[in-house]
Parts: sequence; structure tokens; C-alpha cells
Amino acid sequence: MKSTAFKSKRFKVLAERPVNLDGFVAEWPEVGLIAINSPNDPKPSIKIENGKIVEMDGKRREDFDMIDQFIADYAIDLDVAEEAMAMDSIEIAKMLVDINVPREKVVRIAQGLTPAKITEVINEMNVVEIMMAIQKVRARKRPANQCHVTNVRDNPVQIAADAAEAAIRGFDEQETTVGITRYAPFNALALLVGSQTGRGGVLTQCAMEESFELSLGMRGLTSYAETISVYGTERVFVDGDDTPWSKAFLASAYASRGIKMRFTSGTGSEVQMGFAEGKSMLYLEARCIMLTKGAGVQGLQNGSISCIGVPGAVPSGIRVVAGENLITMMLDLEVASGNDQTFSHSDIRRTARLLLLMMPGTDFIASGYSAVPNYDNMFAGSNVDIEDVDDYMVLQRDLMIDGGLRPVSEEEVLAVRNKAARALQAVFDKLGLPPITDEEVEAATIAHGSKDMPPRDVNQDLKAATEMMERGVTSLDVIKALAESGFEDVAENILNMLKQRIAGDYLHTSAVLDENFNIDSAVNNPNDYQGPGTGYRLSEERWNEIKNIPNALKPEDFETKEGGN
Amino acid sequence: MINTEALVDKVVNEVLRQLNSEGITERKTVKPSQIQLTEIGPAKQGTVEDEVVVGLSPAFGRHFQENIVGVPLRDILREVVAGISEEGLQFRIIRVNHTADVAFIAHTAAKLSGSGVGIGIQSRGTTVIHHKDLQPLNNLELFPQCPVMTLDTYRMIGKNAAKYAKGESPEPVPVVNDQMARPKYQAKAAVMHNFETKYVKTGVKPVELDFAFN
Repeated sequence: MKSTAFKSKRFKVLAERPVNLDGFVAEWPEVGLIAINSPNDPKPSIKIENGKIVEMDGKRREDFDMIDQFIADYAIDLDVAEEAMAMDSIEIAKMLVDINVPREKVVRIAQGLTPAKITEVINEMNVVEIMMAIQKVRARKRPANQCHVTNVRDNPVQIAADAAEAAIRGFDEQETTVGITRYAPFNALALLVGSQTGRGGVLTQCAMEESFELSLGMRGLTSYAETISVYGTERVFVDGDDTPWSKAFLASAYASRGIKMRFTSGTGSEVQMGFAEGKSMLYLEARCIMLTKGAGVQGLQNGSISCIGVPGAVPSGIRVVAGENLITMMLDLEVASGNDQTFSHSDIRRTARLLLLMMPGTDFIASGYSAVPNYDNMFAGSNVDIEDVDDYMVLQRDLMIDGGLRPVSEEEVLAVRNKAARALQAVFDKLGLPPITDEEVEAATIAHGSKDMPPRDVNQDLKAATEMMERGVTSLDVIKALAESGFEDVAENILNMLKQRIAGDYLHTSAVLDENFNIDSAVNNPNDYQGPGTGYRLSEERWNEIKNIPNALKPEDFETKEGGN
Repeated sequence: MINTEALVDKVVNEVLRQLNSEGITERKTVKPSQIQLTEIGPAKQGTVEDEVVVGLSPAFGRHFQENIVGVPLRDILREVVAGISEEGLQFRIIRVNHTADVAFIAHTAAKLSGSGVGIGIQSRGTTVIHHKDLQPLNNLELFPQCPVMTLDTYRMIGKNAAKYAKGESPEPVPVVNDQMARPKYQAKAAVMHNFETKYVKTGVKPVELDFAFN
């Protein structure tokens, strides 16, 4: 911006570095533009009388706002609250990093803490300690990853192909959204067909307005939901026409249909919406996390999410964002840990932010690794996109860590993209939706992004998508269409996804499904980390997979190519 | 042989280019002229079907005269209403006081609109086309990335809103995506929005505005 104003040639060079395109702001505590430890944050306290919290964080019950009330009545475990609140915050922070203290003990104490106290605990920890604690406290033993599959034209054929590719690349969950709202039914349908072509058991969602998103789930066009947002101040809730009770009601609507769901929150949202009441971002986020716990929801997507530019712009913000993920784990919730939105022009900054979660591992390291190039990412871009995927593979290999992804060959990618595009072509045909041409199938097979796709008749698609909802099309119709068109295996996978609704096992904390539709969750595969030799370790099979990136030279590559002699 | 016509064209273009670039540097130093909005009483329920209501956020034209990237709000509003007029429809402009949330601003405008179609615009430039029968957090078209929006975008928004009001199904305004808008502008957007919410008056009804084009 000011590059011409420098006398020093060095300062001119520095000014042009990517990091200086990022926006930074000074702390402004009066409006809550401060990551942690605002002078307006309350001091921790609790008073319990007759089995009821009558004072929390310096506020009497009669002065509680609705979030205080919800947390006091439903989130805090009264059996441990007095014991936990009497502990020094540093002692609790030490328990979090001490390998000799098992996860259960930390989780038990954490559930007796108030929002101000739990914030104070995080404030005692440096980033390395936060990472140590994440390694121990995350709920599921095996780390995993979630991706975004979108494109700027909402092209359904491309969504199907990208979803199939993302599935074989190892993503356990996939999320889509729209550029144009009315395209949503097609996006959800294409994601479902594409993902189940890649690998059976991948969970899918379509982030939309809440009632519409629920109806997509009820029709079996999606298998989980995540974008049910909660906020840390009453005003932001009211502005969205919501209360903690309405969100809890929505959560139970999903549960009653056997659909997995988690809430979403994140530091910075309250100040972004102008109603932070001068409180620090982490204190308000602690309230969101506890509210989620109180609503009985199994998990939370946090890590600032779409507001990452806000904590990313203030001092200590990125440390605090990892801290909010940790609080979620301390409360025994599944965490989809952000890393899902662009927050920096600098490759160094975005890698540093990624590693805070990728090295210790979380339930979903990115809650939206962009499985498409960022220009097609309709969540306005992710911290990591498909063009970074080989870097990501090498990071797994360099550091011997499981980031949830696996190397793939060009042949298998082309094959699975083609099959997914053809499967969707067949579904569109059987359901009487606007035809998908062979030219589109070919383009989607080899495409990198929407710039490689022929345009579709958008108006015709939008009309058909609306009509598809009016006609009451469900995933059973999709299964039938696939089975009748020679895609029995894909049909079988989608049918199996429906069966999960009845079994309900994937409603457990941190649950995902493997390719045989077996559950991997915090219930049957709990994190038992207690130092070296415990917790998640790469199996030989998995390590071989990570090691064998296609571009590593092998001794046999040096054998004589002359042939003959 | 000299092609004089081509030469004249070239010279004219060069002069225009210089004038334009001067104009841009000049705009940076000169304060953009204020948008002239006059309150003319409570916003009424629309009775005619050939209108679109444009809802402005609480600080639009009061605290702010420019959007997040410095485009004058006066020009943005002018393009939106010009787009509506171009389709042969009428427009009314209202100030929404009770919320700074663009979805609710647009929905408020839609509910007051005789056609049921409304547009909501925030000071930073974020815009929504809404219909009264949709859920508040749903929309006909949403433009969440204000830094990438040009005056042409705002004109197309006005035109499309008018087309929806006429019962047509226009091709949506093409979506533009800049994944680096967040790192660059989100913190600034947060600061702007905190000013915006300082003007929110809970319980105060929308007010009809008169807009002088000058």
C-alpha cells in the first residue's frame, strides 16, 4: 500500500512480501477486538445453593443473560464444580500437559469450570503446551480430515467428480455450499453421488439456511450437518432470531431423524457482528462451547472459522484459536478444528496455523480443506486447497504424522472422477433433471476447476432443482436410479448410509464410517494418549501409505533403461 | 500514408487515459461528496406491485460515505436504483434502524415492498436481494464479498431485483470469488461493523428516505 513511500530499498522489498497484504489491527478492548484477557472479562467465581448455580463469574443469577442461564443450568457439572473452581488455573493447565494425568481426569475437572475459569486456564498455556494438550485430550484416537467441495458455478457434474476424488484422497467428511442458493438440492445430490462413488461411508453435508438444510438431511440427500451457529452474546443470538433453546431444539430435530450434527462457533464472530460487549474473543467462545455442551450436541466446529481474519489480525490470535479447539476437547466434544478459511497471503503464516492442529491431530484437522482450487471455494477460500495437497502429503511424510490424507495416482483419480460424473449423469436422466452431456462428463473427468467446465443452462437447472424439492425426491429415488443404470455399488453405498440412520451409531461423539460402514468414534476408539508408546500411532500399513508418495525415487528407478544388456 | 482517423483515436484515448488516471489520484485526496438522504417519515407498507424497496443499514450515509474499498455510497445507491428504473419499476429507499444484519435489513425491505422484493445494503457494501416469503437467512441472491463488488455489480443487482419483482427468473448476477478478500479486509470489516451497530436502535421502525441524486 505504501510501497512507494520507502527510502530504504529493503523496506520496500519487505513491504511487498505477501504477509504485508494481510490486514492487522491493534487491540480495541472496548468493542472486544482482543483475543484473550480483555480488561472487561469477568473474574471466575461460582456459588451453588440448593443444587442451583446462584452466582457465576461474578454475576448473580437474577442478572444472568440467557446464555449464562443456559450454561449454569445445563452445561456445568455441579458434582465437580466446587472442587474444580477451587483449583488454581495453573494446576489445571499443568494437568492438561502432564502425560501422567489421563484424559478422563482432565475432562472431569473441565466440566465443572465456568467460562471465565476455562479461559483463564488457556491463558496460562503457551502454544506448545496447547498442542501437547490437544494430542492428549481430543476425543477420537485416530485423527481425520474434512473437505469442502464447491465451485463458483455450482456445476453439479464437477461437484460429483471432485467429491469422488476427495473420497479416495482420504477425507472422511465432505461439505458443500452454494454460490446461488437455489442450486442447493443439486449440490447436495451431486456430493452424495460423487462421495459414495469414491468410497462408501463418507459423510456429506450441504451448508444452507437452517430449515432448508434440515429438509435436505431428512430426505437423505445429506448425512450430517454442521453449520448450526451459536454465539457468545445475547445480542448476536437475538439478531439471528435465535436463542440457545431454539438451537437445542434444532439439534434434537436432527437427532430424532438419526442424522449426525454438530454446532459451529468461533472467536471473532461477536466482534465481527458488533456486539462483543467489550469481552475477549476467547471468553465469548468459551461460552459458545459450553452452550454446545449444555445443548447435548456431540461436537462443535470451531477455530474461528469464517471470522479467522479477526483473531488473525490481533496479537496472540492464532494461539487463542488453537486454545478454543482445546476447550472443545476438554469438554469431551468432537472438534472440527477450523483451518478452513483463508486468513493469510503468507504461505509461512498459513502453514504455521495449520501445524498447530495437524501435528497433534484432531477429529477433523481442517473443517474444510478445499478439495477444489480456492477460486472455486464458495466458503470464500480455505487455508489449504487442492493445489497444496502434495505439500500436505510431504508434511505427513517429513514429520511422520497422520493428517488424514493418502497419496493417489493420476489413473485412479481419472477413473473415479469419470465414474462419478457418469453416475450423476444417470441419476439426472432417471429423475428427469436437465441432461448431463457426455462432453460434460469428459470435462469433469480431467478438470482442475470450473474454468475447465462447459457452462450449463443455469435457469433450467434452478427451475429443476426447485421442482425436485417440490416433487419430494429423496435418496431412495437416487438409489433406485443408480441401481437401474448399472451403478449397483454406488446405490448400495447410499442405501447403507440410510441404514446408519436407523442404527444411530454414528451419532456418537466424533463418529465417522470406514469403507465397510464400521464406526470409528470416541466410544469404540477413545484417545488414550499418555506419553510415548500410547495413543494414536501410525500402523505399518498406514505409514507405508504415507511414505509412498509417487514422486519419491526408488532404487529400481535407477536400473538400466536400455533393456537387453 | 498516415491513417489520420486512427491517429486521432489514439491521441484521444491517450488523453482520456491520462485524465482518468489523474481523476483517480484526485479522488483519493478530495473527500467524496456526501450522500444526501432526507428522512420523510415512517416507512409505509407498499401497495403497488411494480416497486422494489431498498433498505439501508443504520450507519449508511451517516457515519460512512464510502464502502470498504472506497467506492462512494452515493454512487452505489445511484446504480442500484438506476438498475431498478431501467427495468421500468419504481423504487423506495428506507433506513432500517433496528438491525445491522444485512439479511434482516433486506428482509425488512422485502416485507415493506409492494412486490415483496427488497434489497438490503450495508455501509461496507454487502448486499442481499430478498423476498418477503423466504426465511430471513435465506435469499434470492446474496453478495457476501463486498470488496470485489463494482458499480456494475450494483446496477445488475438493481436490475435483477426488478426482474424478480416482475415475476421473471433472471440469470443471477455472476458470482465473483476472491479468496484473499478475508485476510485483507475482514478485520477492517469488523471495525466498520462495530461503528454500524453503534447506530442500531432497538425497536425503532424503518424510516422512508428521499435521495437527492445531485
